[in-house]
Amino acid sequence: MTALLELHEVRARYGPVEALHGITLEVPDGEIVAVLGANGAGKTTTLRAVSGTVRRSGEIRLAGKPLRGGPEAAARAGIAHVPEGRGTFTELSVVENLKLGAYTRRDRNLRADVERVAEWFPWIHDRSDQQAGTLSGGEQQMLALARALMARPRLLMLDEPSLGLAPMVVREIFRIVRELNAQEGLTVLVVEQDARIALDTASSAYVLEVGRVALAGASAELRADEAVRRSYLGY
Amino acid sequence: MADFLQQVVSGLASGGIYGSLALALVLIHRATGIINFAQGEMATFSTYIAWTLTTNHGWSYWPAFLFTLAVSFGGGVGVYQVVIRPNERGSVLRVVIVTIGLLILVNGLVQLIWSGEVRAVESPFPSGTFTVGEVAIAYQDVGTIAVSLGVVVLLWLFFQFTKIGLAMRAAAVNPAEARLVGVRVTWMLALGWGLAAVLGAVAGMLAAPSVFLDPTMMQAILIYAFAAAVLGGIDSPVGAVVGGLFLGVLLNVLSWLSQYGLFDWFTEELRLPTALAIILGVLLVRPAGIFGRQAVRKV
Amino acid sequence: MSARLRRTAVPVVAFALLAAFMLVLPAFVNDFRAQQFAYVAIYLVAITGLNVLSGYTGQISLGHGAFMAIGGYTTAILMTDYGVKDVWTIPAAALVAGAAGVLFGIPATRLSGLYLALATFAIAVATPPVIKRFEGFTGGGSGINLFGTEELTASLTPVEILGFELNFNNWLYYLCATVSLVLYVVAWLFLRGRTGRALRAVRDSETAAVSFGVSLTRYKTLAFGVSAAYAGVAGSLFAIATTFVNPDTFPISLSIFLLVGVVVAGLGSLAGLVAGAIFIQFLPLWAQEVSKSPGAPAVVYGAILIAVMFLLPYGVAGLIARLLRPRRGSTGI
Repeated sequence: MTALLELHEVRARYGPVEALHGITLEVPDGEIVAVLGANGAGKTTTLRAVSGTVRRSGEIRLAGKPLRGGPEAAARAGIAHVPEGRGTFTELSVVENLKLGAYTRRDRNLRADVERVAEWFPWIHDRSDQQAGTLSGGEQQMLALARALMARPRLLMLDEPSLGLAPMVVREIFRIVRELNAQEGLTVLVVEQDARIALDTASSAYVLEVGRVALAGASAELRADEAVRRSYLGY
Repeated sequence: MADFLQQVVSGLASGGIYGSLALALVLIHRATGIINFAQGEMATFSTYIAWTLTTNHGWSYWPAFLFTLAVSFGGGVGVYQVVIRPNERGSVLRVVIVTIGLLILVNGLVQLIWSGEVRAVESPFPSGTFTVGEVAIAYQDVGTIAVSLGVVVLLWLFFQFTKIGLAMRAAAVNPAEARLVGVRVTWMLALGWGLAAVLGAVAGMLAAPSVFLDPTMMQAILIYAFAAAVLGGIDSPVGAVVGGLFLGVLLNVLSWLSQYGLFDWFTEELRLPTALAIILGVLLVRPAGIFGRQAVRKV
Repeated sequence: MSARLRRTAVPVVAFALLAAFMLVLPAFVNDFRAQQFAYVAIYLVAITGLNVLSGYTGQISLGHGAFMAIGGYTTAILMTDYGVKDVWTIPAAALVAGAAGVLFGIPATRLSGLYLALATFAIAVATPPVIKRFEGFTGGGSGINLFGTEELTASLTPVEILGFELNFNNWLYYLCATVSLVLYVVAWLFLRGRTGRALRAVRDSETAAVSFGVSLTRYKTLAFGVSAAYAGVAGSLFAIATTFVNPDTFPISLSIFLLVGVVVAGLGSLAGLVAGAIFIQFLPLWAQEVSKSPGAPAVVYGAILIAVMFLLPYGVAGLIARLLRPRRGSTGI
């Protein structure tokens, strides 16, 4: 299995403060990989390093090719980054949000794409002109996911999709992610605080601590090891 | 009644001019958070370009008009990239001073290139009036309203229905998220400045026949545009246009009323101070303007 | 010497040198130059005050020419209508302008950044027409003439100070220089302690300032009042120096130049203010030397202004700070 995304000794900093001290990880093609850890461990920063939203150094490769430049370049390379807080364009309508998702695609057929995406989120049809900011948290998260799908990305990066959502909604979202992965082979890198649901969804995981990889392995193993669960994953 | 309606129509015409320039100010503020104090002078510069094409190079009016719009667009983009962008991360104060420096520089440039003499400019619209019932309406006024509102409508269509328009709107309100979907935000902001310069050029070229061509021609109009933008809401494009039209009509109506004894303190000289009073009044009472969002800053 | 001592000693020594320099300057330059430097001192007073508002508290004012106008007209009216000697009108001008500043400051505290800039801009533009409107009071378009009146010191006959006989230009110079130095020291003392820190806190983060118990309204209004009072003094001296006032004495360009002076000087620091005052007085003149073609001085001025913003983002004070920084390189962000 080839790696779609490779990070090698990646460092990242906010101004003078270094937040990642050399992260090495791999996302195999067609898999779901989780990044876990406590607050401030550097999970969000890792995603930002990939999309180029933050100053970084070290090697990052997408499908073997080095990834350079800022977020616009990452988007054009086929990375869909759904940031913390969903990144919804609150003042624009639902369908406008979706259209923006397809911004980088040259082969766009908007109507067909919206149809395709609406299969996963049927409620979109009824609410397409509604202002995105008036949607509920769960709906905004799904809209963000739908928007990412509009880009037909090679890699989907999700930053804390469970944040602020009710458990039932969170389960639904992760179910959809699993199905997207199973049916369309979508490669996913998900950052999560809720380690349990993340490990249930992902095939492998990395646990970060203070900007470094503390632990890595297949989800099944991490789940099974009680000591690991207690000290690193909190359950 | 007839001359009241006449005043309203010509008020709408000047309002269209104020609204166009106000829209330019709002576009720039929405996109880059800056108030471009030099917007009026940039418009003046554009107007001189149009004038020089028609007078010294024998172009006919509308081709010169369109060419000027194109040049103004380029100028706006250029000003943003060269002068504004490097200073964007500085303090608000620094950017204010930069736009003021630009104001001074462009004003001087106009004088340097074309001298300060006041010139009469021909209007593309026929002079004279046509009557509707008892009301005499000037072709100039109708033409001005048509062109200014026409440009505004075109712009609206652009923002609502094109991919780039959508990207610009996204870049203005959520630049970070826009970058994540691949929008080159910096270029969108530059486009915003380009379009604002186009609007300014339209305002200038429409105003020239009535206010005459001279280096200070847009200074008062800039104040009216500020008043319109503040009144409508400095982040609301709709507000800018509505504010402009309203202001144009209001000033004319006050004028009209003063001849009947009401508001008789309202003389020609007080048009500008009235606009200034509106700016102050709105800012002190409801800074967000009529259509603006109330930014809650309860500390 | 310890850093703390150095922090106090350097400004004091610099100030002493400045004072000494200003004291002996007239001996080395002609009358006309002395008058120009009198104007530098006047602008120094104005921007010292404006720095308290815009530099320390971070409130942008494009309207301080209006407060200068209030000070100038107060002086003129007191001198011609009430026979008050010119020097005694200066504190009065400070009070009246300061009161106006407080009055405006109270509602203005709600505005921030560009909104405040716009509002003050509107005031500055409105000032000449408003002055013209209140003719009875202000003498309308023709203004008030102070030249040759008794109340204007040294205008009719030279005045004697400390055994020296001074003609008008020299007297003017020493008056302005002294006032500017005194008010500079007053500002320095005012800003050193808690007040200065509170003002800076307001600029840097209003939310944080409030959570530390700093009353926003009080400090912002205080900053407005103080800066307006300083502008009033400057306006008063301006009236004395030009020997007349009329609505065009205080146009919008004056307000703009004052703000430019503060930004060039460097916000929130007294160090660059002299440079800022020199910039205001002399740059327009130098721009004219470059070329007299109509519009060329403006092009030069505008270009230099933009260039200064590029090259000296923190003003002259920033430049000084960089030069004085300890060689080991700071850990500052």
